Amino acid sequence: MSESAQQSPLVSLEQAGVFRSGRWLVRGVDLTVAAGEIVTLVGPNGSGKSTTAKMALGILRPDEGQAARRAGLVVSYVPQKVAVDWTLPLTAGRFMRLTGRVSASEAGQAMEATGVAHLKDAELRTLSGGEFQRVLLARAIARRPDLLVLDEPVQGVDFTGEIALYELIGRIRDDLGCGVLLISHDLHVVMAATDRVLCLNGHVCCSGTPTAVAGSEAYRKLFGAQAAPALAVYRHRHDHTHLPDGRVRHADGTVTDHCHPDDGHHHHGHPDHHGGRGESGHRDRPGESGRT
Amino acid sequence: MLDDFFIRALLAGIGVALVAGPLGCFIVWRRMAYFGDTLSHGALLGVALGLLLQVDLTLAVFAVSALVSLALLVLQRRASLSADALLGLLSHSSLALGLVVLAFMTWVRVDLMGLLFGDILAVSRSDLALIWGGGAIVLALLAAVWRPLFAATVNPEIAEAEGMRPDRANIVFMLLMAGVIAIAMKIIGVLLITAMLIIPAAAARRLASGPEQMAVLASAIGVAAVLGGLFGSLQWDTPSGPSIVVAALGLFLVSLMPLRGASGRPVREGKSNG
Repeated sequence: MSESAQQSPLVSLEQAGVFRSGRWLVRGVDLTVAAGEIVTLVGPNGSGKSTTAKMALGILRPDEGQAARRAGLVVSYVPQKVAVDWTLPLTAGRFMRLTGRVSASEAGQAMEATGVAHLKDAELRTLSGGEFQRVLLARAIARRPDLLVLDEPVQGVDFTGEIALYELIGRIRDDLGCGVLLISHDLHVVMAATDRVLCLNGHVCCSGTPTAVAGSEAYRKLFGAQAAPALAVYRHRHDHTHLPDGRVRHADGTVTDHCHPDDGHHHHGHPDHHGGRGESGHRDRPGESGRT
Repeated sequence: MLDDFFIRALLAGIGVALVAGPLGCFIVWRRMAYFGDTLSHGALLGVALGLLLQVDLTLAVFAVSALVSLALLVLQRRASLSADALLGLLSHSSLALGLVVLAFMTWVRVDLMGLLFGDILAVSRSDLALIWGGGAIVLALLAAVWRPLFAATVNPEIAEAEGMRPDRANIVFMLLMAGVIAIAMKIIGVLLITAMLIIPAAAARRLASGPEQMAVLASAIGVAAVLGGLFGSLQWDTPSGPSIVVAALGLFLVSLMPLRGASGRPVREGKSNG
């Protein structure tokens, strides 16, 4: 994986932000996904995870910063919510071919892989939440994408199913060599195969690699032995706290109205840069924030 | 054969029904029934302007309908009013404008009832050529944008993310709608066009197990409604346009009858042959 990650990224965001009805939904996001890499976005509700994914996909155009995708990229997207109207006669089998030609055998294999092959002739609106989620994932795989974007793919799936889905996503990555951008509903427990975690709360609060559940006695007790290979724990390293009123308290004790990087109060995802050098007024970058 | 007005009426009605079926499915899927109404009400303004400027009426209706749909797109982007309020505004103001402009032109005598309810029995050979030629173009274009348009109907975000360019498909769809209304106005009338779009599609819903199948079924049901309506209108001397719509309604009610387990109702447990 690390070799392929050296290539030019499939998709990259650079200081990207989206401004809607008078406020920034998310701002100052740097993100790259390379082939064979799994990047997980975590963060509380309304923290801009989906917005960030939509910028990466080109559904939303960033109002500041840059979003770039490699030319000719085959993308598969599993949105957080797909509502299928009663008026639409749409079977799972037909849904496989929604945005492109997919051979019957490829569609069949993908549905087999996610365990929904028996639902081929079922209408989408009759499926349960977990079944529907698996059909969405099957459709995404059947396209054999370069980049797979999954917005909370394990919602509505029970715990055992969640582990199975994570293992499946890992296998898909290994088989197709695709990049995966995964949005997780859980702040602390992420997919073990994740190469990088970004914690968002209107901006990138911190980022890093998860540590395996297997290595943590407490979590192994909590989740059981079967979960250990599939799940990992992400330890947040925040240098600031988001207060309930929306303001932000920084490690140096100052409180600001928002958390944009330009306010210079914190150090994005660089836990090694401790200390209260927030008052300088310009953005800290790794390497150029002199320790004077 | 084409000398007989009744044969011409049948052919015209069948042509319109064939085109209205698939387009009507999209109207139903996208919950755009009121949009169809708005466009068809705008058609009356098109007639008035066509008479005023002395241009071909079909062309004028198409132009005005297309303008109304573009106006809707622009107004929706601005989004200070909800979509249904915007549609109501466009619909009724264009209808009212059309009526006012017609009233000003005292030198032309317009058969208002013919415009509102259609006059399928007065279809000429050139009308027939327009319906079948224009209809073929509309269906060909619809087939060309089918996949992106359908993907955008199911989920615009998936369509956008996976390179289906839903905006382009939506604009093509709106122009096709304008085209169908221009073609169908003479046959079925401004007030009843939407019925020909929606009722056959709604009747097809329970019988269909896939989108393409539903489109074909909607066309077939539309053709049946035209046949039933026209023969009924001949038999009982009723107005032809409304008779077709009543026949379509009858077919819709039949489609609501319990099915003999054949299709329609989702079969989930039954077909689990993995």
